[in-house]
Amino acid sequence: MKVVYPHMGHMWICVKAMLEYLDVEVVVPPPSSKKTLLLGVKHAPEFACMPLKLNLGNFMEAAEMGADTIVMAGGCGPCRFGYYAHVEHAILRDLGYRYQLVVLEPPQKHIGELLGKIKHITGHQSWRRVINGIRFGYHKAEAVDQLEKMSHYCRPRETRAGATDRALQSALREIIAVDRPEKLPAALNNAMGMMNAVSLDKQRPVLRIGLVGEIYTLLEPFSNLDIERKLGGMGVEVDRSIYLSEWINEHLFMGLKKNKGGSKLAKQKAIKYLGHSVGGHGLETVGSTVLYAERGYDGVIQLLPFTCMPEIVAQSILPRVSTELGIPVMTLIVDEQSGEAGLVTRLEAFVDLLARRKQTGKVLA
Amino acid sequence: MYGYLGIDVGSVSTNIVLTGEDGTVKHSIYLRTRGRPIEVVQQGLKQMQAALPGKIKVAGVGTTGSGRHLAGVIIGADIIKNEITTHAVAASNVVPGVQTILEIGGQDSKIIILRNGVVADFAMNTVCAAGTGSFLDQQASRLNIQIEDFGSLALQAAVPVRIAGRCAVFAESDMIHKQQMGYNVPDILAGLCEALVRNYLNNVGKGKEILPPVVFQGGVAANVGMKAAFEKALGFSVHVPLYYNVMGALGAAMLAREATNRKSTGFRGFDVADREFKAGGFACDGCPNICEVVEILESGQVIACWGDRCGRWSNALAHHEKIS
Ligand code: SF4
Repeated sequence: MKVVYPHMGHMWICVKAMLEYLDVEVVVPPPSSKKTLLLGVKHAPEFACMPLKLNLGNFMEAAEMGADTIVMAGGCGPCRFGYYAHVEHAILRDLGYRYQLVVLEPPQKHIGELLGKIKHITGHQSWRRVINGIRFGYHKAEAVDQLEKMSHYCRPRETRAGATDRALQSALREIIAVDRPEKLPAALNNAMGMMNAVSLDKQRPVLRIGLVGEIYTLLEPFSNLDIERKLGGMGVEVDRSIYLSEWINEHLFMGLKKNKGGSKLAKQKAIKYLGHSVGGHGLETVGSTVLYAERGYDGVIQLLPFTCMPEIVAQSILPRVSTELGIPVMTLIVDEQSGEAGLVTRLEAFVDLLARRKQTGKVLA
Repeated sequence: MYGYLGIDVGSVSTNIVLTGEDGTVKHSIYLRTRGRPIEVVQQGLKQMQAALPGKIKVAGVGTTGSGRHLAGVIIGADIIKNEITTHAVAASNVVPGVQTILEIGGQDSKIIILRNGVVADFAMNTVCAAGTGSFLDQQASRLNIQIEDFGSLALQAAVPVRIAGRCAVFAESDMIHKQQMGYNVPDILAGLCEALVRNYLNNVGKGKEILPPVVFQGGVAANVGMKAAFEKALGFSVHVPLYYNVMGALGAAMLAREATNRKSTGFRGFDVADREFKAGGFACDGCPNICEVVEILESGQVIACWGDRCGRWSNALAHHEKIS
């Protein structure tokens, strides 16, 4: 059995760690690229959203590398993501691929349901080992998140263009290389050292923008045209409303690990504007925008793939949040048609005017 | 005396303005780009130099438009900003508190929504609303009237004819039909303006909340018939600024003035008009993204490049041009 799972930012690092710890052979597809997207676009229904198309491309590229089993998260509720695994599997079957499918669904009642699925992939491993494996993967996710957060701080302040990106790449390599849980803390220390070595201009004034929206688009840099790096290069410190470890904790572990930031607060904040769940991360998008306004951020950018229903609901509510709380919000919708130049133009315009707004401390005169 | 240059290199036209320290326009130049942006910028600089009184010293330069990076590198711009920002800055200076900018040029249409002085949203032409300016030109010449008279004639209309303006092809055939039915020219012209405004609001301004004050700019803003049609459709008055035609270049000059405040300019002097520049490019095969990388060469030396997703080429250049 050679297992493949779709790309979503750096998720591959922690899933790989978990599965390899459990002696499962893993195929990591090449990073999502134009080629991945073209493959997906060609074979997916046109009105499916970009994540589905990229997943499909990932699976097709991985098949060439010998993958034969797909492991994917599922979901429930009004968002289409819940049946993506099955749709993708059906499309692949029609194309002649022979993939086995394992869907990791958020457990309805008990974490045991999830463990059972994982045990199915890992065969005869002991429960104890399976749990250790999951914990290992989770800790890697936390490490990666921490490094990414450091990069968000460094990028707008770096004194040499590209220094943060280079440091982050080597820091991540440290984490990727770890094959045993006990070695992780030392590697993380090393990696953080690399990030701390980036030379910074701490006096430089920076803007702060919060990124909210649909999780895949937030986490996968290919799908959002590398928005974090682009904004960083424009002198913006970004904060993402969802990090991978938080999502795993909430979505798959039923919030087993407490005090993990997470979306609870955001959901409470959303109530004033949107009283009930609309699936996906619609509630969190509204709530996080409120939180960013309260924390004095300069602006918020909402990211979503074209046709994403929960986010469209949120989008229609954000203008009210924006006016009431006085925080500028811009929505960016991505799909395979989005041109890079158009996106950059919009980002630049938004950032420029936030900067002007901050400088003058009032409306443009 | 100090002056600031703003250069707007678009796909159709290239505008250069020089403002004084107080932001007033001293001189402006309009050229057709004709697919040769480098030459046009150089030519424009020569004309500007010739037109300037000798005592003006350029203290800052800004570029904008689709050719902004190119022009910025060649000329040594202090700021390189996109058209949304420059148009918004220029309009907010002319009409403080502006909340909506309608911009219709020869080929491009866009709408910019400002809230609290910040661009909150914007859209650029969908296929159908592109070329509104050239379409008006065409129809004027078909009806045998000067484009300059178009607007004032339209204002004389008693009852504007309803023209199907969903797209230029329908609009044209419907106009011909209405002419044959015997409607008079002013009524037809006014009807055409209303059709184009409807088309713009439905296609470009789709779903956006248009609040006053509204600034109408771009070449088509010269047409008083279009202005009147916007006012009729929106229900409030629309402001056309004095330099409606060069707002991008004006905004770039204003931003250049801000950027060089207490700093020296990167302007490389008017003699860049005589140097030899070339734009080249290649498709990188470093990874499956196959980026199209653009290079600018001065006397055979690469002086700038962009278009790479990973920074492999642009970061490698010794003096890193910050593209923003
Ligand atoms: S420039 Fe970078 S991202 Fe683009 S094709 Fe080359 S290696 Fe890939």
